[in-house]
Amino acid sequence: MRPVSHTASEMMTIAASRALANDDICFVGIGLPSAACNLARLTHAPRLRLLYESGTVDTRPTVLPLSIGDGELCETALSTVPVVEMFQYWLQGGRVTVGFLGGAQVDRFGNLNSTVVGPYERPKVRLPGSGGATEIAAHCRRIFIVMRHGARAFVSRLDFMTSLGHGPTGRERRALGLGTEGPALIVTDLCTMQPDPETCEFEVASLHPGVTAEQVREQTSWPLRFRSSIEETPAPRQEELDALRDLIARTRRAHGERDINE
Amino acid sequence: MAEFLSLRDAVARYVKPGARVALEGFTHLIPFAAGHEIIRQRLNDLTLIRMTPDLVYDQMIGCGVAAKLVFSWGGNPGVGSLHRLRDAVEHDWPRPLAIEEHSHAAMAHAYAAGAAGMPCAIFRGYLGSDLPRVNPNIKTVVCPFSGDTLAAVPALRMDVTIVHAQKADRDGNVFIGGIVGVQKEAVLAARHAVVTVEEIVDDLGTAGTNAVVLPGWSVDAIVLAPGGARPSYAHGYYTRDNAFYTAWDAIARDRDAFRRWIDANVMTAPSGVTACAP
Repeated sequence: MRPVSHTASEMMTIAASRALANDDICFVGIGLPSAACNLARLTHAPRLRLLYESGTVDTRPTVLPLSIGDGELCETALSTVPVVEMFQYWLQGGRVTVGFLGGAQVDRFGNLNSTVVGPYERPKVRLPGSGGATEIAAHCRRIFIVMRHGARAFVSRLDFMTSLGHGPTGRERRALGLGTEGPALIVTDLCTMQPDPETCEFEVASLHPGVTAEQVREQTSWPLRFRSSIEETPAPRQEELDALRDLIARTRRAHGERDINE
Repeated sequence: MAEFLSLRDAVARYVKPGARVALEGFTHLIPFAAGHEIIRQRLNDLTLIRMTPDLVYDQMIGCGVAAKLVFSWGGNPGVGSLHRLRDAVEHDWPRPLAIEEHSHAAMAHAYAAGAAGMPCAIFRGYLGSDLPRVNPNIKTVVCPFSGDTLAAVPALRMDVTIVHAQKADRDGNVFIGGIVGVQKEAVLAARHAVVTVEEIVDDLGTAGTNAVVLPGWSVDAIVLAPGGARPSYAHGYYTRDNAFYTAWDAIARDRDAFRRWIDANVMTAPSGVTACAP
């Protein structure tokens, strides 16, 4: 079959969307996660349920929202609940199977920083902060992370731990007695990564087509491990690319040309 | 019982220097007109409370009205940073800003605890996070029944909460539909509540609906302020001005551009009219 031409960003969003199953109930972060979740719903997982922290339940937006509380999310939702109820009953109550998150920094155990670069009291860069992430990371059955690869993002040590992955040494999550699995997948524009079942350290599971192991090593600040049986991520299929490009085009028209997938 | 006041009079009466103030609305129904009136009245030393500071607090912080910010997500949704908030935190401009930082779950629970007359909110939160290290108001309690260790934060209580709503009737009853956010909790957790509305109607049309309805006796003042949530939105009235949210990035990045925008669009604007042209 002739390979379909695509960008690294498209590969990332499509690879992330494939991780979601038709029977998942997914708590969606804004930006890259939102694109991946809605693509999954428009392709292989039409019954995928999406929840946004603004309170929208089973929402089916036609275009990607710019904010987590765009009117589109409410108008296309089965129900809209108060924010308190969303966090209390639906998230903390353990109803959500997958939380889809991003962040500014991730470490080898899937811990996330979205708070500050540099010291907290005198930050070099003040980032937005937790939002829903801290408790999404704790209470969803599994966490998927989607982030662009880069040495400043894939760090040996977080400047601040906003959201717990498997913990600073990979063991703390289990020790805290959380009943949820924690980060199970990282998808980037270069590869997919999964945690080692024993150590919980993320390892490269598949390289996207055309990407070398050396490229991924260069963009990762910790000594990166690779699975023994490393695979190539299946290239985007035409129907996946068509659905994603239609979604992005609709979104651009709706928001005045800004590309939400960049 | 709710009184009908002008925006200028409502802010002058209920927002005092040094007060604890929440302007709530989760992306939807953000009370921009009221925020601009607070800037015009040159109130200062406020403790501003809000889950998502958004552009309204970026503007207020950039004008120096706040001594402290209590928040859980301080970004421009889908766009990037709040540059005035960052300038205050990173460079003390135009004045130092103390921050008390939480997660969304914590603030939502803390508003509900305030509304319920509880001293604190208890929930399963902050597990493994560094936030308790930097915020002394995040503590733990042990459940006397299960022995579980749970997060505890103080209930949020405000001197005044200001929200924007679609409509009020002539008795001051308030209707909020669409994404209802934390407005009910924030209103009921405050000593005083001011509600700006798109319109005042004879019949709220709430029979049988499940929307948020605040009885007139639970708020202090109703202010007619059509467009008072722009550039955020009022479900059923106008949509979110996403282009302005994007344009704000360049305005707020530069101190002089910001001052010029405030002078042209807030300081010289008539009370109750929200300007949002970039």
